[in-house]
Amino acid sequence: MPTTFFGWVFFLMEEYGPVLLTGAGVTLLLAVVGTFIGCLIGLVVGIIQTIPMEDNDSTFKKATIKLTQRLLDAYVEVFRGTPMIVQAMVVYYGAMSVFNIDMSPMFAGFFVVSINTGAYMAETVRGGIESVDPGQKEAAIAIGMDHFQIMYNVILPQALRNVMPQLGNNLIINIKDTSVLNVISVTELYFASKSAAGVYYKYFEIFFLTCVIYFIMTFTASRLLRWVESKMDGPKDYQLVNYDPMADPCGHVPLPTKKQKGRFD
Amino acid sequence: MAQDRELLVSVHDLQKAFGEREILKGISFDIYRGDVVCVIGPSGSGKSTLIRCINYLEHPTGGDICYRGESVMKHFKKLTQFRTKVGMVFQSFNLFNNMTVLENCTVGQIKVLGKSKEEAKETALRYLKHVGMDSYVNAKPHQLSGGQKQRVAIARALALEPEVLLMDEPTSALDPEMVGEVLRVIRDLAESGFTMVIVTHEMAFARDVSNRVIFIDQGVIAEDDAPDVLFKNPKNPRTKEFLGRFQQ
Ligand SMILES: Nc1ncnc2c1ncn2[C@@H]1O[C@H](COP(=O)(O)OP(=O)(O)OP(=O)(O)O)[C@@H](O)[C@H]1O
Ligand SMILES: [Mg+2]
Repeated sequence: MPTTFFGWVFFLMEEYGPVLLTGAGVTLLLAVVGTFIGCLIGLVVGIIQTIPMEDNDSTFKKATIKLTQRLLDAYVEVFRGTPMIVQAMVVYYGAMSVFNIDMSPMFAGFFVVSINTGAYMAETVRGGIESVDPGQKEAAIAIGMDHFQIMYNVILPQALRNVMPQLGNNLIINIKDTSVLNVISVTELYFASKSAAGVYYKYFEIFFLTCVIYFIMTFTASRLLRWVESKMDGPKDYQLVNYDPMADPCGHVPLPTKKQKGRFD
Repeated sequence: MAQDRELLVSVHDLQKAFGEREILKGISFDIYRGDVVCVIGPSGSGKSTLIRCINYLEHPTGGDICYRGESVMKHFKKLTQFRTKVGMVFQSFNLFNNMTVLENCTVGQIKVLGKSKEEAKETALRYLKHVGMDSYVNAKPHQLSGGQKQRVAIARALALEPEVLLMDEPTSALDPEMVGEVLRVIRDLAESGFTMVIVTHEMAFARDVSNRVIFIDQGVIAEDDAPDVLFKNPKNPRTKEFLGRFQQ
């Protein structure tokens, strides 16, 4: 048996490395898939939350929008306002006793992480949409675009760029917080570590390893997202086309004569 | 003389209130093809509100706006077409920050007018050239100066080939050295016969470029006349007082 701290660490690494790595794989899978689905949920909810009410909309349309928005508000508040560890218990055991559904722990895990991330991302997306300066929306209205066109072409591309840092944040949080799913026996990294530590009673040594693995995962995720963000921003500078510094800033080209057109065509 | 000119937009007894506060209290005037109408008036008199009501960014609370004799307020379905006929240039440019200069000028043509990409690009380039911004097609708005942004915004509005261009203080957000380049573009448009309604605080410019000046005070048209008359011999004492402030 090893005698030093690092001796034990290396010994356990050889012995339990594969188990920990499998756990890490499960953690990553839960975090990535959960964040992805959560973002989709958040996107949809955030978009619905920011649908404007027009004066000339029908009462039915207004009522439907209002009701949907209230329900989604409730969803956001409930899932932001309760711990994920408790949600995991409620979903896993609740499904069994109330609906008689015996879902696998893994499925319950995906469900809880997605729905939880969705609640956070909904608020983030709403904020991202509202942070795009309203002048651009007015300009888009003024050139005749409708709400959907404005959202798709003008607002969302900017809103999504603005929520990228928060998306990264959520991914990192999820990599760490999926550890709470050990309460419903999801065999993610924390669960695997605990099992491994119990064999030789070497908690510190195992969890030192676990710590390193978590950090490698979060750090990689963080750098990867930075890189994606910089890709989204496009080139920092632009090339002038046919640059001519002496060009008269206006004039030269006569305004094309306009064809007379019928009304409103 | 007015009979043989083509009536584009007419504003009838336009009213706008924000809650209890009446901002516009019945404004009427007609815009004919080739008109360059400058709207002047003290701050808070409702000039922006007027311009924004004409293109329905604000919903008027009374009166009517007609395009070629047809009420726009009663035919909401035609609002989109109306908006493509009546372009708008904002004080704060309001370019789409996620798009390049070229895309800013093509998106409306493609999405609203249904033009093909190539066609839209060709038209956009023509107008960008007109405002002297054709070399900047690949730039993003945040990489441009204020004057350049406003020139792109003008090209964006022109690219839809509107019949009337509304401008709300197009040079007020600019540093003094950039005002000239934008005014030159507008002057050039005026000289080529383009119909415009311009809210401005540049009195000398208004006098030069317009064929008609409307002085708005406290939500009504206090005076509406040719620039020579309005600037040299204002009839309304309030106009006199307002112009007096600019002469010092
Ligand atoms: N959305 C709004 N809600 C309430 N009041 C408003 C709103 N928009 C404008 N107002 C008020 O309407 C009045 C007229 O505003 P407006 O912007 O039309 O003035 P303006 O003539 O353009 O002034 P300026 O020369 O400073 O641009 C102001 O007193 C303003 O406070
Ligand atoms: Mg104003």
